[in-house]
Amino acid sequence: MIDACDGCLRRSYEFAPDGAISAPVRLDVDAVCVHSDSYPAALRDLTQPPPVLYATRLDLVARLDEPVAVVIGSRRPSEYGRTVAYGIARGLGAAGVPVVSGLALGIDAVAHRGCLDGVGRTIAVLACGVDVPYPRTNRRLYERIREHGSIVSEVPPGSRPYRWLFPARNRIMAALGRLVVVVEAAQRSGTLITADFAADLGRDVAAVPGQVTTEAAAGTNGLLRSGAALVTGPQDVLDLLYGVGVRQVPGAPSPVLDSRAQRTLDLVAQGLGLDELGRELGLSAALLRATLAQLELQGLIRRAPSGAYVPAA
Amino acid sequence: MLAKVRTFALEGLDGLPVTVEVDVRRGLPAFSVVGLPDRAVRESRERVRAALANSGVNFPQQRVTVNLAPASLRKTGPSFDLAIAVAVVAADGGLPGGDLLDAVCGELSLSGEIRPIRGALAMALAARRGGVARMLVPVANAPESALADGLEVIGVPTLAELLELLRGDRTAEPAMPALAVDGPDRDGPDLADVRGQADARRALEIAAAGGHNLLMIGPPGAGKTMLARRLPGILPPPTMAEAIEITKVQGVAGLARGGLVTRRPFRAPHHTISASGLVGGGVPPKPGEVTLAHRGVLFLDELPEFARASLEALRQPLEDGSVVVVRGQRAVEYPARAMLLAACNGCPCARPAGECTCNDVDRIRYARRLSGPLLDRIDLVCELGQPPPPIPAGKLEPGESSGRVRERVLAARELQTERLRDEGVSCNAAMDARLTRRTVLLRDATCARPALERLSGRGQDRVLRLARTIADLADSEQVLLEHLDEAVGYRLNDPHRAAA
Repeated sequence: MIDACDGCLRRSYEFAPDGAISAPVRLDVDAVCVHSDSYPAALRDLTQPPPVLYATRLDLVARLDEPVAVVIGSRRPSEYGRTVAYGIARGLGAAGVPVVSGLALGIDAVAHRGCLDGVGRTIAVLACGVDVPYPRTNRRLYERIREHGSIVSEVPPGSRPYRWLFPARNRIMAALGRLVVVVEAAQRSGTLITADFAADLGRDVAAVPGQVTTEAAAGTNGLLRSGAALVTGPQDVLDLLYGVGVRQVPGAPSPVLDSRAQRTLDLVAQGLGLDELGRELGLSAALLRATLAQLELQGLIRRAPSGAYVPAA
Repeated sequence: MLAKVRTFALEGLDGLPVTVEVDVRRGLPAFSVVGLPDRAVRESRERVRAALANSGVNFPQQRVTVNLAPASLRKTGPSFDLAIAVAVVAADGGLPGGDLLDAVCGELSLSGEIRPIRGALAMALAARRGGVARMLVPVANAPESALADGLEVIGVPTLAELLELLRGDRTAEPAMPALAVDGPDRDGPDLADVRGQADARRALEIAAAGGHNLLMIGPPGAGKTMLARRLPGILPPPTMAEAIEITKVQGVAGLARGGLVTRRPFRAPHHTISASGLVGGGVPPKPGEVTLAHRGVLFLDELPEFARASLEALRQPLEDGSVVVVRGQRAVEYPARAMLLAACNGCPCARPAGECTCNDVDRIRYARRLSGPLLDRIDLVCELGQPPPPIPAGKLEPGESSGRVRERVLAARELQTERLRDEGVSCNAAMDARLTRRTVLLRDATCARPALERLSGRGQDRVLRLARTIADLADSEQVLLEHLDEAVGYRLNDPHRAAA
C-alpha cells in the first residue's frame, strides 16, 4: 500500500505541466477543459468528470447530436461473440450511430472494426495517452481509428497505461454513451464494471445472450437476469435508442451477383466446407476458389481464424 | 621401395583425389599412417594387416610408412583401406610394373572381403574429372559408380581377386550402370487413393506445377500427410542430371540402394529435429534433411512445433538452393534445392471449427510461432476441412490418378521452361520480385487492382507468381482475372488481422 502511494506521489512530482500543455499542440491533439463549450456534455454527468479531455478529432466527440452506443465485451471472446459484435457495430456504423469502445483485445477491437467497415464513426477511449497505441496488437486498428474516428483519453499524451487507469477509463466510456451493449463478459470483469457505471449514471444497459455453458457468457446472462435489455443485432440497438421501428439498419448496397456467386453465398451461409461447396455447386476446385475470392473482395464473406469461409456479418 | 595408388576422399558431396603413398624400407617392423587420418583411417592398419594375411599375402616385416596426400586434407572413414592394402603390396614388390594407373576405393573386412562405401558415385564422378580410366570399387557399389559415364568401373568382391586382377591373372567385365532401381512403385503412393479433398488436390497440383512451397492447415485426420506423400509422384520425373544428383546425395548419406535413384526423395523429419539435423552439421559435416530432400520434397508436419532456430536455419537454404556448413576449419557446401511442404493444425486445440475451445490469445500465439521469415517463402496455403465421413467402398469414384495430374504439371512446367529460359530460373516459384512484375502479364490490369490492393508488396508478388502458374496450368499466355482470383484465395489467412 505504502509502495503504491509512493509510486503515485513520485509520479505526481514528476508531472510536468509544461509538457502536458505543449505535447497536445505538438501532436495535433485537442485538449478541452471541463468548462469549455466543446467539452462533451455527457461527461458532466459524472461525479468526477475529467478536468481535461484529450482527443484526436475532438469535433467527432464534442457534437454528439446522435445518441451514442457503447459496445464492449470480453478480451477473450468466442467466435460467436466476435460475429455478433461485428454485426452490431457494422450495422450501427452504417446507420450513423457512433460506436464507443476501449480498443482492448477481443470484442472491443471487433466493435471498432465493424463500425469502421460500416463506414461509421467510432470513438476509442484509452487508459493511456491518445498517442500511445495500446495494446500493441491493435496498432493497425489504432491507425485506422486515428484516420477515420476519434481517440479520447483523460490522461496527457505520452502517459503509459496503469492498471488503475482502466476502471477510470471505463467510467468515461459509460458516460459517453446513451446505451451500453455488452457482448460476452465473464463474471467480475472490467466489462461489468463499465456496465455498473452506466447503470449508476442512468444509462441503458443491454446484453447479448450467450450459451449458458460458456464462461464468457456468465456476465451477460447475469445482466439479462437483472433486467438489462436483450439485444440480438443492430436493429435491436436502434429500437432501444430511437424507439421501436423509428430507424432501420440500412441494407448494405448489395452488389449485383451472378447466380453462381449468389448460390455460393447462400451455401457458405449454411456453413458448408470447401469440399461440400464444390460438390453442391458442381464447381471445380479452381473455380470455387476464384468465386470465393470474389465474394471475399466484395466484403460478403470473410475467413474465420480456422480458415473456413463464413458470412461477413 | 615406394608405391603410389590413387583413391578419393569425400568432401561434402564431392570426391577429392587422394594419393596413397607407401614406403617400405628396412628397419624395425612398424606400420604408421600419416596425412591427417581420423580414428577410422588409423584403425585401417589393423584391417589391412589382417586382410592381407587372410588373402594369402605376407605383410612386410619392415618399416612401413603410409602417407595420404595431400597431407593438409583431413581424411575420414574407412574407404582408404583398399588403396592402402594395394599400395603396401605394390611397395613390397608384389605387383608387376610401375605405378598403378587404376583408382581404388573400398573398405576391408578382416577376412579380405571388400565392403561397400559411402559416396561411391561422388568418387566415381571425381575420378572421371581427374582423368582416371579405370576404377576398382566394392562389388556392391559398382552399379552406382558405373553411372559416371565414360569411366570403366569394375566391382571386386575380395582383396585376393583384386590382386589377381592387378597381376593380370584374371580379367573382369566392366560393371553396367544400374538404371531405375526403384521399379514399378517408382512414384510412391498414388493420388487415386485420395477421395474428395478437391480443393487440397488442386492446391497440390498448383504447387507441383510451379514449384511453390505449400502450407496445409487442417485438423488431424484431414489427410495432410496422405496428400503430402503423393506430391513427389506428381512432380516431373527427375532428369538424368537431377537423378545423378539425387543418387550422389543418397550415396554420401549412406542411403543408396546401389543404382540410379529415379524417384524424387520425400523427407519428413520429426519436429524435434535440431537445426544441424535439418540443414547439416556435425564433425565431420554431414548433410541435413534439406539436402537429403534435394530435388524432392521436404515435408515438415506440425510446423509450429519445430524449434524456431531450426526453421530460421532453413530459410537461407530454401532461398539459395544450397547450404554451407562450417565446422572447425572445414566449410562444406551441400545442395538444398527442395520443395517445402508444411502442415499444421488450425489452432492449438486442433479440433474442428465448431468444437474449438481456443481463444484469441492462444490462436495468436500459435500463429505467431509459424509466422516470420519462413512464411515469406510459402506461396500457397490451403485449409483442409473436416476429415470426410467414411464412404462405403464402391460408392465413390476413385480420385484422379497421379499420372494424369502429372501430365498437366509437365505441360505447365514446359511453358515455364520456355518463358524463363534466359532468366536463369527453373520455375515460377523461383522468380524474384522484379522478374515477377516483368513476366506476369495481367490481361485486365484495371479490374485486377481491387484484388491486389489489399495485399502487401510481398503478398502481391506471391499472388502474381501463383496466378502465373495457374494460368500455365490453363495453358493461357496471359493471366486472366479468374486466375488471379483463384490465386488470391490461396493466400495466407492472416490470423493477426482476423483475430485482432
